[in-house]
Amino acid sequence: MPEGILVNRASIRVDLQLIADMVEAKSRVLDIGCGDGSLLDYLLHFKQVDGRGMELSQAGVNACVAQGLSVIQGDADTDLGDYPTAAFDYVVLSQTLQATRNPRTVLAALVRIGRRAIVSFPNFGHWRVRWQLGVNGRMPMTASLPAHWYDTPNIHLCTILDFTKLCRSLDVVVERAIAIDAAGRPSPIRSAKFANLFGEQGLFLLRRNS
Amino acid sequence: MAGLPRNSAEVRAHLPGGRLVAGKDRPMPLDCGLEFAPFQIAYQTYGRLNRERSNAILVCHALTGDQYLAGPHPVTGKPGWWEAVVGPGLPLDTDRFFVLCVNVLGGCMGTTGPSDVDPASGRPYGLTFPVITVGDMVRSQKLVIDELGIERLFCVTGGSMGGMQALQWAANYPDRVFSAIPIACAARHSAQNIAFHEVGRQAIMADPDWCGGDYAMQGRNPSRGLSVARMAAHITYLSETALHRKFGRNLQDRTRVTYGFDADFQVESYLRHQGSTFVDRFDANSYLYITRAMDYFDLAAEFGGQLVNAFRNTAVRFCLTSFTSDWLFPTHESKAIVHALNAVAANVSFVEIESDKGHDAFLLDEPEFHRVLAGFLQGSAELIGLDR
Repeated sequence: MPEGILVNRASIRVDLQLIADMVEAKSRVLDIGCGDGSLLDYLLHFKQVDGRGMELSQAGVNACVAQGLSVIQGDADTDLGDYPTAAFDYVVLSQTLQATRNPRTVLAALVRIGRRAIVSFPNFGHWRVRWQLGVNGRMPMTASLPAHWYDTPNIHLCTILDFTKLCRSLDVVVERAIAIDAAGRPSPIRSAKFANLFGEQGLFLLRRNS
Repeated sequence: MAGLPRNSAEVRAHLPGGRLVAGKDRPMPLDCGLEFAPFQIAYQTYGRLNRERSNAILVCHALTGDQYLAGPHPVTGKPGWWEAVVGPGLPLDTDRFFVLCVNVLGGCMGTTGPSDVDPASGRPYGLTFPVITVGDMVRSQKLVIDELGIERLFCVTGGSMGGMQALQWAANYPDRVFSAIPIACAARHSAQNIAFHEVGRQAIMADPDWCGGDYAMQGRNPSRGLSVARMAAHITYLSETALHRKFGRNLQDRTRVTYGFDADFQVESYLRHQGSTFVDRFDANSYLYITRAMDYFDLAAEFGGQLVNAFRNTAVRFCLTSFTSDWLFPTHESKAIVHALNAVAANVSFVEIESDKGHDAFLLDEPEFHRVLAGFLQGSAELIGLDR
């Protein structure tokens, strides 16, 4: 194997690394919105998972399949209904929930299809976001929310508090909650209000309450 | 009356490649209820089968294809139909994989078909040949795989009718297939596709030289009917964009229209050429039988009406591929298969390739498609430790 690829694999995005750390080796994983397949590729080679991906962009899908990954073109909003219950050990939805048309339905589908779901999203409660909107009066743009208001794919932004409330209403159990700060440092969420202010991203390990 | 095709019985008897005489001990049951024996299966191989016999890729050919994937065709002298895909260093890398292709049952390139002599009567089968299905084709291919001692195919692939066979293989013999790449196909033949086939068949049967299917005995050949069938079908393999790009309204060797019914337009001349070269290498009755096999293909119907039943508990690793401008086997047909595979949480990839070349795109130089083929095969090879 060329060294370059190994180096590349060893340095995936910090939030993807945190997700990868939550996944047990040799498990079955579905990565929804898998993008260029870097998480799947990492999991395949370092955790020997049976991994599948779903990606909205056909160009992304083609690139993934050409890398040897099992990926289909699909939409989290419309294509999760096909899968049987508990088909996977983990269903991953990273930085995508806020771009779905119906996050509530999607979240319910995640914990149905997977014995566990791993969800990450940009926290709209972060102090920088609040500052930009509250003080500057402008739509926020941060490292986690890099797009202008007119070209963002995000249509259902939420805060960490909003998300945990949705989990409660869907009877979804939060097994682990991690806030990631602007420097990419993870810390377990103990005080939700504190995390909601200083976490740039939220990362949750979830399961259905059975 | 045009001449007889170049792949006469004499030529067919001496084609290069492997041969298997099947049904000697036990006739092969057909889906129509009959039993068939004895018969010959002709196949061609590329590359070398490894010691573990774990590197075999079965390529299934389409309606008018045959087992000659690469290199000059022994009858026509033209390049093989998958020249761009099968060979050393190509996606189906013959330095690495053992690639084989079997002429389908009912065909006319060495495997027994309606133009061959029925040992019971001493006359060509003609319309006494049993009606065969995609399932029967696959069943006959399995005889070859068994004969070669291949426990499990590393991959089964093919486009169009070849994709149907790949699906049938995965559904009927999931333990004998590690991965499947059905390309530009569907789990059932659509009404529109049956309609086009019916036009082709009627053109053949309307030719007086068809003689009720008995043309071989009469020393005739329904080449005009078969040629029209090919012309009509060929249009369905292209796309409006491709036809326009290739021909537009360009005139053929003239500067103005002739106010007659000559081939004024290049597109007419092209189609006539397609028709006339086709009759040189293909048998009209084979065309009837093989189009019928495609019409009858409905994988869900074989599994209680639900496509998911065809794939329950499958361990086969799938890669479905379609092309944006293919209106014969459009993307939604492949997606229906993907949905069924998702419903059983099967291991499936699905790729739609942007191309304006229509259904024929799977035969042509499509770099992105070839990258996907190579990548999927590489990923699959890594999973079973099939190293270079």
